[in-house]
This record gives sequence, C-alpha cells and structure tokens, in this order.
Amino acid sequence: MSAVEDRQGGSNLFRRPSSTAGVRGWLTTTDHKRIGIMYFVAAMIFFMVAGIEALLLRLQLATPEAQVLDSDIYSQMFTMHGVTMIFFALMPLSAAFFNYLLPLMIGARDVAFPRLNALSLWVFIAGGIFLYSAIFFGGYPDTSWVNYAPIQEVGADPAGYTLESGAQSNRMLFYSLGIQIAGVASLASAVNFITTILNMRAPGMTFMRMPVFVWMTLVVSFLMLFAMPIIGVALWQLMFDAGYEGNFFRPGAGGEPILWQHLFWLFGHPEVYILILPAFGIISEILPTFSRKPLFGYAAIVFSGVAIGFLGFGVWAHHMFTSGLGPVANAAFGLTTMFIAVPTGIKIFNWLGTMWFGTLRYRVPMMFAIGLVAMFTIGGLSGVTHAIVPHNAQQHETYYVVAHFHYVLFGGSVFGLFAGTYYWFPKVFGRMYNERLGQAHFWLQLIGFNLAFGPQHILGLEGMPRRYYTYPPGMGWDLWNLVSTIGGFIIALAVLLFVINLIWSARKGPAAPEDPWDARTVEWMTSSPPPQHNWDVVPTISHRDELWHRKYTDEEVPRPVPAGASPDHEASAGAEEDIHLPDPSWWPLVLAAGMPIASWGVVVDSWWLIGAGIVVMLFAGVAWGNEPATEPEHDEQPGTLQP
Amino acid sequence: MATETAHAPQTNFNVSNEKMGMWAFLGSELLFFGAFITVYLIYVPRTADGPGPEVFDIPFTSVSTFILLMSSLAMVLALAGIQDRDLRRFRTWTLATALMGLVFLGGQLYEFTVFVQQDGLGLTTSAFSTAFYVLTSFHKVHVAIGVLMLGTLWFMSFTGRIRADGHGTNAVENVGLYWHFVDIIWIVIFTIVYLIPVDLAT
Repeated sequence: MSAVEDRQGGSNLFRRPSSTAGVRGWLTTTDHKRIGIMYFVAAMIFFMVAGIEALLLRLQLATPEAQVLDSDIYSQMFTMHGVTMIFFALMPLSAAFFNYLLPLMIGARDVAFPRLNALSLWVFIAGGIFLYSAIFFGGYPDTSWVNYAPIQEVGADPAGYTLESGAQSNRMLFYSLGIQIAGVASLASAVNFITTILNMRAPGMTFMRMPVFVWMTLVVSFLMLFAMPIIGVALWQLMFDAGYEGNFFRPGAGGEPILWQHLFWLFGHPEVYILILPAFGIISEILPTFSRKPLFGYAAIVFSGVAIGFLGFGVWAHHMFTSGLGPVANAAFGLTTMFIAVPTGIKIFNWLGTMWFGTLRYRVPMMFAIGLVAMFTIGGLSGVTHAIVPHNAQQHETYYVVAHFHYVLFGGSVFGLFAGTYYWFPKVFGRMYNERLGQAHFWLQLIGFNLAFGPQHILGLEGMPRRYYTYPPGMGWDLWNLVSTIGGFIIALAVLLFVINLIWSARKGPAAPEDPWDARTVEWMTSSPPPQHNWDVVPTISHRDELWHRKYTDEEVPRPVPAGASPDHEASAGAEEDIHLPDPSWWPLVLAAGMPIASWGVVVDSWWLIGAGIVVMLFAGVAWGNEPATEPEHDEQPGTLQP
Repeated sequence: MATETAHAPQTNFNVSNEKMGMWAFLGSELLFFGAFITVYLIYVPRTADGPGPEVFDIPFTSVSTFILLMSSLAMVLALAGIQDRDLRRFRTWTLATALMGLVFLGGQLYEFTVFVQQDGLGLTTSAFSTAFYVLTSFHKVHVAIGVLMLGTLWFMSFTGRIRADGHGTNAVENVGLYWHFVDIIWIVIFTIVYLIPVDLAT
C-alpha cells in the first residue's frame, strides 16, 4: 500500500481515499466482504427493531380489549413491522450473503461493480434512516405494508387523517419514498450480481458447476431486476397522489384504486420469491455438507428455481380474489398458483433425497436447514389452500393468512438465513460460534415460532381479522392469542441468544480452520477469514462440488487425495502482481446521502431541499465518473502515472 | 465505472461488465416504462370532463420526435468517430447529439406550457392528465440524464479519459446504448400516447 500513500499529495479535485483502516476505511470500502458484513449488521439492527414492533403488537393482542397501544399507534406499528422486515431486514440479510459469498463461490476477486455495490449498501441504509425519520413528521405509515388504495388516501382513521390533512399525506410520502430508496439499492444490486455471475466466473466454472446458492442469487437478481421497477412505478404514482394531488388512485377524478393492487402484487408476488429463494440456496449448500452426500437432483433444484422465477410473475392476482376480478381470472390465477407449488415441491423432495441415507451431522446450521424444510412445508401447504378460490375468500384478511406467510417467511427465510449465518460464520470471522448456545437458539426459536404462529391458523379459521387493534372477550380467541404472544417472546429470547453468540464468538470464539465442515464448495479453500484479494491464485474449476473432488477420490468409498494435486497450485509464482483490487471511494456514500435529502424536500414541500439533494447526487455522480484510481496501474490519466 | 474497462480481466461472455450491466439495467427500464404506459392506456378515456388527447399538436410533436430520432443517428456517428480514432469527429457528433436532445426537451417543455396555459390541462385535472404528464416527464428525465452523460463524454475527451488511441470507446458505446434506448421508448410513447388516441377520436 506504500504506492497508494505516495500519491496522496495529488492535486486532483476528486481524490481517492487511500486508507483502508479505521472508520474511514469502512465508510469508503468497496471490498465485497466488508460490504457484506455491514449489510448484515445493518439488516440485523432493522430486524430487531421490527421484532420489537412485533412484540408490541403481540402485547396489545395478548388479552381482549388491552390498552397497550391505541388504534393509531397499532396501525403504525404493524405497517412498520411489515415494511421493515421485508425491505430493510430480510432483503438486506439476503444481500449480505450475496455480497460476501458470491465472488468467493464463483472464484472471483470482487463483484463486477465494486462502487455500485457500496452504493447499494449506503442507499439501503439511507432509505431506512429516511423511513424511520417519519416520527418527526407526523408519524409512520399506518395502512399496512400493502397500503391499498383508497385507504392509503383516507388513512386508518378516516375521521382524523385524510390525504388532505398533512399527517396522512406525510405518512404516505414516507412509505412511497422510503421504499423507493430501498428499491434503488435492490435494483443496483441486481444489475451488479447478474453481471458478476454471468461474466466473472473462474476458469472452468460453467453454469452447471455453479453452487446452487449462486444459481438462486442469479434467479433472485433477475426477479429484482424486473419486479423493482414495477413497485417503483406504483410508488412514484403514490408520491404524486400524496404530495402533488395527482389522480392515479383517486376515484374522484377517474383514478382506479384496484390498479394499485395490480401493480403492488405484480411486484409483490415475485418479492415473495426474492425473500425465500436465497434461503433455499443456502440450505442447498448446507444439507449436502452435513449429510456427507452430493446434492440430490442438482439440475432439478436449479431448474425448479428458474421455473419459480418465471411462474412468480404469473400468480399475483391470487392476492386479489376478493376484489371482483370475475370467475375467469380467478380460475386462471388459482391454477397458476397450484402450478407454482410444483417446483417448490420438487425442491423439498430433493432435499429429503439429499438427507436420505446420508451420514447426518446435527450441527446448528444443519438443524436450522432441517427446520426450514419442515416449517416451510407447512407454510407451503397452507399456501396451496389459498389457491382454492372459495377457500381463499373465506380466509381473506384473517389470521390464517398471517400464519401462512409467517411460516413461509419466518419458518422459511429466517431459518435459512440463520442457518447460513452459523454455517459461514467461521469463514467470515475465522472463529467458531458456540455450539451449545446455537443449539439452544435453535430449539427456542423452533418452539417459540410454532407457539406464535401455529395458533394463528386456528384464530384465522375462527374468523379473527388481521390488522384490528383489539377484539372483544368471548369470541373464543383469548387462549390462542395469549399462546401466540408467549411464543413471540420466546422467539425474542432466541434471537437474543443468537446475537450474543455472534458478538461473543466473533471476539472470543476458538480459531476456525479453512474448512471446518469438510465442505464441498470453493469458498472453503481460501483462508478464514479470506484475504482482501480472496485468492492468491484464482482456482480452476473442473467439477461441481470442486473442493470435494480435490479432497477425495471418485471411488465407491472416497479416499482423501494427496494435497496439492489440483492444477492451479503450480502456476502460482509471481501471480500476485496481477491482482487488481477495487479502490476505496467516498462517492457511493455521498450519492446515497443525496436521496433522503431530496426525499425530505418532497415531504416538507421545499423545492430548495429537493434541488439540494439532486445537486448532491449529480455532484457525486460526476465525481464518481472522474475520480482517479489510487493504484498507478489503474490510472487513466496520462502524465499522472507514478513509477 | 466505464473508465476502468481498459484493464478489465477477460470476461466469460467476452462482453465488458459495463455493457452487460447496461443491458440488464435497460431490461429493468423496459418494465418501468411498460408499467407507466399500461397505466396511461387504462386512463386515456378518464378525462373527468377535462381536456382529452385532442389537445395534442401532432405536427409539432412529430417535428421534435424527428429531431430526437436524428440524434440517434448522430450518436452512431459519434461512436464511429471514436472507433475510427478521429477525436474531432467524435466531439462534433457527441455535441450534436446532446444539442438535439436539448432541442427535444425544449420542444416538450414548450408543449407542456401550451397544454397547461391554453388548454387548461393541469397535472391534477384528471386521471388522464396525471398519467400523461408523469409518463412523459419521466421520459424527459431520462433524456436529460442522457444529455448530461453526453456532455460528460465530450468533457472526458479533453481530460484524456477518452483518447484518440481508442481508449474510452467502451464508455461511448454504453452511453450510446442508453441513448438509443431512450429514443426507442419515445417511439413507443409517441405512437401510443399521441398517434393512436387521435385516430380513435376521429
């Protein structure tokens, strides 16, 4: 790095930061591994905030006619719980895994656009800060994460808040702009990951040799690429309605409230798969490793994932069976909804086939992976019941739906993401997590989760509606609501153990070797934690499960092979000189900061503030394009090259 | 972004990362405009007793459309210039492309003022007017960003980031992709928004 410091005296307007140490190093980093860690930390903070919101909801519902939250606060809390969990906890948690693992798994040194990657991170954080600043501008959005028209216009309490009154208009602006900003981050990530996977695979890493997690990342990236612009359009339209008296969803001047539902769910259903497919990818790595068998039906799992990606755009109206689409549309979307259960079922059976006759090791990642298979299957089955239109109409807007999607998103996504956290923890921090604490976490979470959401099936079938802030006694709902609340607090305890385990183990855990699990994919070939350049020599791939084939022979009973037999161990001398690392940069952070500034301008209706935000973004964009590279061999400008 | 390509390692598809990223981004943009155009199509008849598509001045918009289409030709010539290592031709045609984009923007803004002041078609008049203004304005924002990128390219040819030895050609090609995309989207908008509703009305 001495060459870097030499250049610090340069007179260029847009200088590169040169230090990678300290806080400044983290703020300006373009290293995919650091970005991944920051994604994880920020997303976990949002996850816990949204979890606290959920606990408040459960406290209010624990007993009939409780007085913990009033109607308005309750509406804000369940809206923020949903929005935060989906856009600021689960999606960024998945992004943390994509960021950290993708280049390592395909044998690259970084993603295709390192600065764009940093931009995604900062834009996501800026969006979260902007959304939560709503407390200073008349309260949080209060009409649920689906935010249907026309309730988005009249507010949860029509007497108190309408779009014409400032409060409701501000709440809708925070909803639309907060998610819009998060969407920009997702879109940038999608472009980045697609390009990385298509273009930057190591020699020999053909598509059908890619780990399933990489495949699922590719599918999710395409889903984000095509779904985010649709919610973007809907959110812009909502912004014009709420801030500038537009007529997109206002029936008075010809607007169509149902249109919001179509746009929202045309995005919203692919979004469901954006949330679950990363977890599917993660456990497709974990199950073979801890079963000591190759993944059963690799091609079937890959292509069913791709099929889910396509079908995911053709099922959105099953969220709208009660909106009066007519029998033809209802029948068609009921059928496509049943179809999409098929590829998901294929995956479940292949995971079972992977474990079948395997030598199972019940370590924490494996426990969570098996937990996903079991819990997600329950959620998937209740999902199939929604495909039956009359049944769907009966369950619409009841707790049955709440139970269903928590089994899918918590029992699926969260179990998978936690499994992945434990699995790759040794790789990321070079230390082992605490196994006993992890096992306690798993069992507490499994029990708490089933206590919290299992009874909601019954509540829903008994007719308890969603989103009501209280209920009268004597409806037969008292017991199960209390059980559900107790379960919620057990989940909170489990997550607390998880966080304690992570923080403690990252500092004090026993040192982890390169490959603690005897794993199958190439990220376990490099040191734990990996060096900044990931590999001294980029591996040459000749098999699916490359690392396994380097460690063991292809015989009936595999034997370990002698070390160093792999082809790329030979050509290593002098290879280090060719390594190009992405240079740190301030501009992703600055560009991201412009977005909430402009958005606050929309909220307070100040063209000056909007203009200031846009100027910040444009300035950062120009600087982005014109900043020099710190390393001489990167530099584009003749005459400034250093020897 | 585009300035780092000269040293980019060999990619799996022999397409630069920047170009592949641009194609992916444009795919996303298709759905962005697709959704706005769909909403507009639904809202064409919903004029709430205000002015409808009959206020459009087809001859005027045809002229500005023609200018925008010709800017695509200029963009092709600018790329050909840098590919032939002719920096002067590159600068001339890049500037011409940007100027034609600006003329188009000016024409569109003038058209807006006519709609608002003479025809009484404001943003809040009806669902039709909101859908019309928001769709066409987002297209204008795209053209404006394109003009900024073209100006940056022109500027870069003086700072040595685009050079007569062909260095920086990739950046020009990517901006060209974006510019052609914005033009193509305008052809769709012009046809659907301006031409078809008038046919229906007469």
